[in-house]
Order: sequence, then C-alpha cells, then structure tokens
Amino acid sequence: MNENLIDIYIMGEHHQVPDSLTILQALEYAGYRLTRGVGCRGGFCGACATVYRVNGDYHLKFALACQTKVEPNMQLAMIPFFPAHRPRYRLSELKGTAQEVLDIYPELLRCYGCNTCTKSCPQDIDVLGYVSALLRGELASAADISFDCIMCGLCVSRCPAELVKHHAALLCRRIYGSRLAPRSAHLNQRIAEIRAGKFKAELEQLKNMDRKRLQELYAAREVEPEE
Amino acid sequence: MSYPSPLEELVRRVNQTREQRLKQNFPRLSAEEKQALLEQFHPDYRTDTFTTIQVGPNAGDRTPRELASLIEGESPLTNAALNLDHFDYETDVLVIGGGGAGCAAAITADDHGARVIIATKLRLGDANTMMAQGGIQAADKENDSPAIHYLDVVGGGHFTNIPELVEALVTDAPEAIQWLENLGVIFDKNPDGSMKTIHGGGTSRRRMHTCRDYTGAEIMRTLRDEVKSRPGITVLEFCPAVELLTTPEGDAAGAILLNLNLNRYLRIKAKTVVIATGGSGRLHYQGFPTSNHYGATGDGLVLAYRAGAKLAFIDTMQYHPTGVAFPQQIVGQLVTEKVRSLGAQLVNRNGNQFIFPLETRDVVASAIIRECRQDRGVRTPAGIDGVWLDTPMIEILKGPGTVKRELPAMVRQFARFGIELDKEPILVYPTLHYQNGGVAIDAMCHTSVRYLLVAGEASGGVHGRNRLMGNSLLDVIVFGRRAGNEGARLALQRNDTFTPTLEHLTRWRQLLKEKKIVPESVSPILLPDYTRKPAGMESGKAGTEV
Repeated sequence: MNENLIDIYIMGEHHQVPDSLTILQALEYAGYRLTRGVGCRGGFCGACATVYRVNGDYHLKFALACQTKVEPNMQLAMIPFFPAHRPRYRLSELKGTAQEVLDIYPELLRCYGCNTCTKSCPQDIDVLGYVSALLRGELASAADISFDCIMCGLCVSRCPAELVKHHAALLCRRIYGSRLAPRSAHLNQRIAEIRAGKFKAELEQLKNMDRKRLQELYAAREVEPEE
Repeated sequence: MSYPSPLEELVRRVNQTREQRLKQNFPRLSAEEKQALLEQFHPDYRTDTFTTIQVGPNAGDRTPRELASLIEGESPLTNAALNLDHFDYETDVLVIGGGGAGCAAAITADDHGARVIIATKLRLGDANTMMAQGGIQAADKENDSPAIHYLDVVGGGHFTNIPELVEALVTDAPEAIQWLENLGVIFDKNPDGSMKTIHGGGTSRRRMHTCRDYTGAEIMRTLRDEVKSRPGITVLEFCPAVELLTTPEGDAAGAILLNLNLNRYLRIKAKTVVIATGGSGRLHYQGFPTSNHYGATGDGLVLAYRAGAKLAFIDTMQYHPTGVAFPQQIVGQLVTEKVRSLGAQLVNRNGNQFIFPLETRDVVASAIIRECRQDRGVRTPAGIDGVWLDTPMIEILKGPGTVKRELPAMVRQFARFGIELDKEPILVYPTLHYQNGGVAIDAMCHTSVRYLLVAGEASGGVHGRNRLMGNSLLDVIVFGRRAGNEGARLALQRNDTFTPTLEHLTRWRQLLKEKKIVPESVSPILLPDYTRKPAGMESGKAGTEV
C-alpha cells in the first residue's frame, strides 16, 4: 500500500508517519513501545487520553489515541496518569442519596458552569449536564447522562474548579444501580428456587447424560421467538 | 456516503436486496452441515499452524505454534540472584490479574477477611472484561432454567465442555447478576424492574442481560471502584507476574512480579495464588487480527505450566465472526454480537444472505471465511477481505432510533470514521477473540498444583470448544467469586511455615534439556511489540547485540 507520510510531533519530537494511522499506531510506528497510555485499543478503557493541537492554532483538542487519526502538524501529548482524588467510601454503608455524593465530593458545589468539561470529553458526553443534574439532586438523570463515560479523566484534568466528575458520576451510577433501580421479581424468585435445590436433579441428569442423548435434546430445543 | 467508490457500488447492492431479505427466513444448519463447514473453514482445523507440545503435563497435545513457543519458553529469571529469604510482600491471597475475574476474586476473598494483593500488568481494570459489549447470560426468566442454559452451553461447545464446570456456571448465574446489581451495576430493565433480555448466538431463550453496549465496561468500572473502596486489598499496578514461586513439594507459594515502572523484581509470598490473567489474542494466532486488550498475551498459561499445572483445550481458539474489516484504522476491533441479536443480517458481495445470523460463533466465522475464499467477499482498498453486516436492517425491524439507543458505543466508534451505522452496512471479518482453553480447573477453581487456583479466560473447560456470547462475562464473575472463596478458605487454613522457592524452574530446565529443546522465547512476553523496526536495524535498540 502506498504511504502518504505526514509530519507530527510527539512531545515536541518530529516524526514522519503515514496519514492512515491512528495516533496510537503512529506512536508505535515512531518506535514507542508503550506500557502507559495504551489499553484496550478499542475505545472502552480510557487509557490513551491524548491532548493535542495543530501547529498555528492555539486551541487544545482532546481525543482517544486509539480512535483518532493523525493529522498533519499535530503536537501530541499523552496523559498516562492523572492524580484524580477518590475518597474511600463503602457503597453498602451509604443510604443512597444525592446529598451523600455531595458529602463525599463537596467540591462539586464549586462548579461555576464554564462547560470546559463537556468540550474536553472524547465521548461527547454532556458532562456539565450530569454535574448539574447531580447538583439538583437528580441522581437517576446524572447516572443516565454519564452512562457512556470511560473514565479517561480528561474532564478532570481541564476543570478550573478541580471537580473529579468521572468518579462522582460513577458513585451516582452505583447508587442508582444498587438502590434506586426497580428490582426484578423474576431474579429474586429464581435465586430462591436455586437455593432450594429445584434444578439440582435435572442438572445432575444432564451432567451424566451420554453425548448422543444430549445432542438429540439439543437439536429438539424449542427456541424462544424474537420479540 | 463514506465508502470509497468501488465499495459504494457494492453498498447499493446491499440496499437493493434489503426489502427482499426482510421477508426471508434463512434456514439454520443441521448438525452435520455445521460440522462439515467447521472442518473445511474453521482456523482450528488447519494443520500447518499447529504443533505438538513436547515437555510437561501436556506433552503430546496439539496447540498453535505461537502458544507452544511461549509455554515451552525460558523464564526471564535465568541468572537472577533473587534472595528468597526476604519478601517485599506477604499475603494470604495473591490475585494475578486485575480484570473481571481478578477483581471478583479479590472482593470475595476480602469478604472472608483474607489479606489480598492484586498484581496487575497495566492499570486495574485494563482487561478484556472492559471491552465485552454484548451482555451477560443468566437463566432468570420464567420460561428459562439453569438446565436449559446448560443445554445451550454444551451444545455451543460441541458437547466437549466439562460438565461440572457448566453446572457451576449456570447455577451461579442468577446470583452473579444480583451480586453485580448490589455493587451498583445498572442493567437494562423495564419500568417494572424486569430485565430486558435478548438472544445471543446459540441461545434458546432470550437470557442476555445488557448495560446498553457497555456491559463489560459497566461491570468492570464498578468492580474496580469496589476494589478501591476496600482497605484489605492492596493493588500493585504495572506489576505483572513473571514466575510463580513453589515449595520444594511443588505447592504454589507466591510469585515474582516485575515492576514495569522501575524495571525491578518484587517477591511475593502468598498462601494461595489465583491466576486471572485472561486470554492471549495478542499472540495473533495464524496472523489474525484481534479484538483483545493490549495485555492479552497468555501470561497465566506460561506461569501455571512451568509450575506444573495441566492445561486443557489449548488447541481451540474463538474467532469472533464480526471483527471490523473497514476502516483500516480499527481492523480487528469487535462488532458486538448484539448487532446480530438486534436483527442485522450477514450479506455477501452479491447482496445475498449466506448463514443464519445467530448460529454459534465458530459456525458463523467459518461461513464468512468460506464466502471470502470463494470470491463472494468484499475486498477493501487496504486489501482486507470482509462481508457486509447489514445494520440499517435493525432500524426497519426494531424502529427508527434503535441503533443509536442500543449501540451507542459502536455508533460513536464508526462515526469517528464517517460511517453512519443506521444508514450504511459495515464490513466485517472474523477476529481472534477468545482463548477457549487454558489451565484445567475443577468447579472450585483448583488446578493440578496445590494452592494454585485459576479463574476466567485463563482457565479451560467451561466452554468446551466454543463459547457462547454472554458466557464470558458470566464466567469471570462466577468463577472469580468461586476462586476468591476457595482461595481465602485455603489460605486461612494454611500455616505460613512453607518455603517459597524457584525449584520448579530447575526441574523445568532439566526437562527441556532431556528433550533437547532449545527454548525459542523468553516468556511470558507481557506485552506485544508493534513498534516499526527501520529497515536494516531489526533490533533497532542501542546496546543490543547485532
């Protein structure tokens, strides 16, 4: 394949790389064997949070290195670790109120709505939106808006009020999931049935069944239709 | 339109046949047809890329060359003057690996009051668990049962699975869901609290529980947060294990870690060791791309094998049928099976379906490879073959807006490259996804080495020769918890007068010598090397011998 080489700058150092690469691939092409700043390589883990700008433009841009293509004259820096505050709490000891989130992360009250967090989110999450929801006491809404957060911490690195939003959002979601979401009657019932040993004999039979009989049963399975 | 012009023309063909395919009920294959398809096209059936293990408990078994080279490799501790009279840490339970299984094990062991250390190669939570989008199975609906789940699992695994492991998997499943929920995982639910569940390939009931298409990420970030909440768990990040420690009697006794930041070894004495290091997709068997995490290099298999543990099912890997084939930047990354669960069909170059979309993964992968080998695939400008996955079909079947609502992660991923999933089909080809085999375990996660337990993808036998979607997240939680329970129980019974040594290495080297094997590698490799080596400077590093 023909390679169209472009100029990029990795922490100030000049490199020429093919323009088809992602930032992560470009770092490796340049010779970096990474231990930090690389993770799932699929946009889910937040390890490769990257800050860059393009020569001639003062604006800072934010991206995941594994999901973003290089562009000419990029000035790249990775944020392999950011010392974000995370107080120790035990979910099981919380009552599950929005006030508790604010007690654990009191700095949330310092938010003055500059929206830098939202602009820095590589997931396009309305970060200020969920912080605002939380401040209004709407935990369910904060949990919903923040759901796609991959916890890269770019919003935290940029916040002038030093809020640790991604950790606070995680606490909101854990409270919602464990306390506020409606419970499943069918799940509770099945667990009770299993504990009472309801399926033990049937499983014992399947475990000891010869292969041929299992194959027959499998082939004769009734398949639940799609909705 | 974001496809280059030769592909654009082929996209039109997919659009043209959509209406007719909508009415088509593509037949499922019979057992015989499946077997024939697998034998002809599945990568497990190739002979030239496999070799026979010569040394150790699995001597005589067949495995991919890439894996054989590592499990018959040399330890990095060749001439290490490691003083084992002193230890940097002493603990009850050492968990190696900080993914879903490792965190579940650590939390559970901590519940029993055991002192726990998690040693992890990268950050806590950097693991395949984080990337699992599709869902987690559990037979908790009225029309379902653990027995029906059992039958699906063993059918999917071609009746080779270890029965007691499958029993454990399906029996613990509902409780695993509740355990996660109590920790704060948000499952997709109806307003009355009942679970919204869907089908996966090879399921006979809709029992896939989801957290949008971030199921694994939601589980992993919750477990990680819980681990960080517990003072009884010490987390050592960027500290992979490079060798186990054993007693002169051959029992597990701890591990040597390598602190990657300082390039310094750490000596851990532990009463029990839980290996939860995950899979090995980054070994790129047969040159396949992989959907796996950067750290998936099979370390746990190497460590366990040198210490004398038996492996199982190491001749079978899972190739997920739908890895990305275009755009080139994200080749090999996963397109979740949920896309097919929602109704997307697989379509060849001519606009025709060629397989029932929810056959098991190995069967679908084989069918895609067949289409491409028989010139009914689509070749991208980068020279990569693939077939179409008709995502716009979902919008017709399930209503406009379904794609954006159900697949936000994927919509975001493709939008970055200008492809709109709800309007355009995407190109896919099988990607190396899962290590079906691993260290042989029993239902309590014991291995053939005393005080050594294994959980999650590093173990083998639960899924037989093929795993169903949604049973991997389930596996890491069920067996992670079992390993945590059993690891704590055994540790709290063992007195700490045992002596950790590296004597198993002496025995291992003796074996290699007897068989006249010159190790091809130093293992575990810990991380893949994707750096470009300039021409004529293949080593490229200062100070290395030329």
